[in-house]
Amino acid sequence: MKENRTLDKLKVKESGIIISVGGEGALRRRLLDMGLTPGTKVMVRKVAPLGDPIEIFLRSFELTIRKEDAKKITICDSLDNYHNIINRKEENKCHEPSL
Amino acid sequence: MSRTFALIGNPNCGKTTLFNQITGSNQHVGNFPGVTVEKKEGTVKNHKDMTVVDLPGIYSLSPYSAEEVVTRDFLINEKPDCIINILDATNIERNLYLTLQLMELKVPMILALNLMDEVRASGNSIDVQKLQNELGIPAVPISASKNEGIAELIERTVQTAEDNIHPQRMDFCKGAVHKAIHSIAHIIEDRAEKNGISARFAATKLVEGDSLMIDSLSLSENERDILDHIVTEMEETLHTDREAALADMRYDYIDTVCKKTVFRHQETKEHQRSVKIDTVLTHKYLGLPIFLGIMMLIFWLSFGLIGSGLSDLLAYAIDGLTDLADRALTAYGMNEWVHALIIEGIFSGVGSVLSFLPLIVVMFFFLSILEDSGYMARVAFVMDRLLRKFGLSGRSFVPMLIGFGCSVPAIMATRTLASEKDRKMTVLLIPFMSCSAKIPIYALFTDVFFDEHKTLVMLSLYLIGIIMAILVGVLFKNTLFKGEPVPFVMELPSYRMPSLKSVMIHMWEKAWGFIVKAFTVILAATVILWVLQSLDFRLNIVTDSADSILATIGAFIAPVFAPVGFGNWQAVTALITGFTAKEAVVSSLAVLMGSEISALGPVLSQIFSPAAAFSFLVFTLLYTPCVAAITAVKRELGGMKAAVSVILFQTFVAWCTAFAVYNIGTLILHL
Repeated sequence: MKENRTLDKLKVKESGIIISVGGEGALRRRLLDMGLTPGTKVMVRKVAPLGDPIEIFLRSFELTIRKEDAKKITICDSLDNYHNIINRKEENKCHEPSL
Repeated sequence: MSRTFALIGNPNCGKTTLFNQITGSNQHVGNFPGVTVEKKEGTVKNHKDMTVVDLPGIYSLSPYSAEEVVTRDFLINEKPDCIINILDATNIERNLYLTLQLMELKVPMILALNLMDEVRASGNSIDVQKLQNELGIPAVPISASKNEGIAELIERTVQTAEDNIHPQRMDFCKGAVHKAIHSIAHIIEDRAEKNGISARFAATKLVEGDSLMIDSLSLSENERDILDHIVTEMEETLHTDREAALADMRYDYIDTVCKKTVFRHQETKEHQRSVKIDTVLTHKYLGLPIFLGIMMLIFWLSFGLIGSGLSDLLAYAIDGLTDLADRALTAYGMNEWVHALIIEGIFSGVGSVLSFLPLIVVMFFFLSILEDSGYMARVAFVMDRLLRKFGLSGRSFVPMLIGFGCSVPAIMATRTLASEKDRKMTVLLIPFMSCSAKIPIYALFTDVFFDEHKTLVMLSLYLIGIIMAILVGVLFKNTLFKGEPVPFVMELPSYRMPSLKSVMIHMWEKAWGFIVKAFTVILAATVILWVLQSLDFRLNIVTDSADSILATIGAFIAPVFAPVGFGNWQAVTALITGFTAKEAVVSSLAVLMGSEISALGPVLSQIFSPAAAFSFLVFTLLYTPCVAAITAVKRELGGMKAAVSVILFQTFVAWCTAFAVYNIGTLILHL
C-alpha cells in the first residue's frame, strides 16, 4: 500500500480519495462546504501557468485551490485503502481506555 | 397583499439571469446596511405588489464571510414570504448543500432547478417529482436563460407563500449528529423562539460551533457547558470534529437523495466543451498570452476605437449645445458673470461628466461578457500567483489592470469580486495604477526635461505606481485587513454563452449609477472650481489668473511643497485643478504661466529644476484620484468617510514619495 499523500503532491490527471481535511477557520469550512469531505474522489485537472494554484475535479465540477491549501488535504489512492484506513481508525479508538 | 421573496443560490448558478427574467428592468441596486455587499431588489413582472430580493451568491450559511452573514441576517430578521432557492441542476449535489441549511430556517421555500435543458440535452435526467417528495419542498424545472418555466415558478412561489408551506422534511441527519442536534434543539427551543430563530437551525449552527449563533442566543455558562459536552460526545463517537461531522452528514444525505433521483450517464455537453476550451485558454504557455491579448483588445476597443468614437460624437453634441446656449445668452443680454458660469462652469462640468460615460458603457459591455461567459474565473486562476503576496487573489487582477486606463470603471468593476475584503482592498489599490488621463502631463514634462530619456522616465512612473501599490498592499494586509485571509477556493464554472439581455442590464446599471451619483458631485466640484479659478475675493471675474481665489489658495499652500521641489503657486494651483480631471493640469499650467500649451517648455524650466520636474510627475502619479474616481470610491466603499480618507491618504503618500524622489534626485544630479 502506498503512503498517504497530500493533495498538492498529486500529478496532473492523477486522482485520490480524501481522508481528512486539515487547516482551520474560514478556509477549512469553505473546503468542507464545497464538498471536499472524507471519502470524496478528487482528480487534479491542471496546474496554472505560473505553477500555482491547481485545478481539481470533484463531484462533477471544477475547483481551483492553492497548493499551500491543498497541502492540508490528506488523500489515499483508492477507495479500498480509504475504507481500511477508516476502519483502522475506529478500531484504534475503541481500544482506547475511556475516561 | 404585498409579498417579499428572497432569491438565493450558489454563485454561477444563473441567479442573476433568473432575477432579470423575473423582474425585467424594474431593479434597484444598493448595499446592505453597514457592509459593501450588494443588495438588488425588483418587482415581479405583472405583479406590482411582489418584491424579489436578490441575495449574494453563496455556498453555505457559515459565519465566516460578510456575504453569508448578511444572507443569514436577512432571512432570519426580514422573514421573506418565500425563499426561491435556485440550483444548478448540472451540479445538483453541491447546490443542495445550501438547500439543506435553508430548509432548517422554517420559511416557505421553493426550488428552481435551473439548466434543466442542459441536463436533458446530455441524456441525463432528474426525477423532479421524486426529489420534491424526498425533500418535502416544491421544485420547478426551469431554464433561466431561455425563459422557460419562469411563469410556473412565479405562480408556484406565490402559492407556496400564500399557503405558508414550510419545508416538510428537516430530519436528514442520523446517528450521533441526529442525537446532538435534537438534544441541543430541546435545550434552546424557547430561547431561539424568543429571538425569532428556528430552533432546528439554531441547534445545527450550535453543533457546528457557530460563534454568531452562540452570541445571538446569549446562552448562560451552564448551557454552554452542556452544549460542549453534547458536541464532544458526538465528536468522540464519530472520530471527527463538529464542522466536518455536519458537512459530512449533509453530503451523505445528498448522496442518498441523488442516488434515487438523479440519473447521470455522462458529464453535460457544456461541461465537456468547457474542459476542451480550457485546454487552450488556461494552457501552460498559451494561457497568459491569450489573456493579455484579450485585455489589449478590450482596452483598444474601449479607449480607442469605440470609446473615442462615442466620446467624439458626444463632444460634438455638447459643443453644439454649448454654442447654442452661448448665443442664446448673448442675445438675451445675460449678465457677464452668470453667462460665464453657465458656459464655462456648468457646461464644461457636464462635459467632463459625460466624457467618462462612453468609456464606462463600452468597458462594461466587455467586462460583463467576460464575467458571464465564465472566463473571469479563469483569469483569476491564471493570475492568482502574482497578487497573492499582498493579500489579494487573482480575481482582483482585471480591475487593477483597467486602472491603467481609468480608475472609474476599474473601481466599479470590483463589484464582481466574491468577498468584501478583496473588494475594499482592490478599490484602495486601484488609484496607484497610473491612469491614461495622466499621460498628457507625463508627455509635457518628459518633452521639456527628459528628452533623451523619455521612455525610461515614463516606465519609471508606471513602476513607481506599481511598487507603491505593492508596499501599500502589504501595509494594509498587516493593518487594516489584518486577520485571516479570504480563502481562495473558487469554482471554475462551465463556459456559457452570455445573454445579451443580462449584458445590457449590467451595462445600463453601471452607466445609470454613474450618471445619477456623479452628476451631482462632479458637476458641483467643477462649478466650485470654476468659481475659485475665475473670480477674485471681491467676486469680480479676473483678467489675470494670478488674482483668482484659487491662485491665492495655491500661493498659500505652496510652501508645503517647497520640500518636494515645486513650492510655487502655479504648480500647486494646477494640481488643485487636476482634481476635476487630470488632463486639466496641463491646460491650467498654460493659463497660469500666461503661455500657450505649445510654448510651455521654456517657461516651465524657469520654475522647475529637473529633479523638481520628476518629483512633480511622481506627485501627479500618486496624489488624490479625480472627483469621478472619488465618487466611484464612495459608491463602492459605501461612505463619505472612506472617500475623504482616500483623498488624504493618496495625497500623503504622494508627498512622501515625491519628497524622497526629489531629495535623492537632487543628490544624484549634484554629484
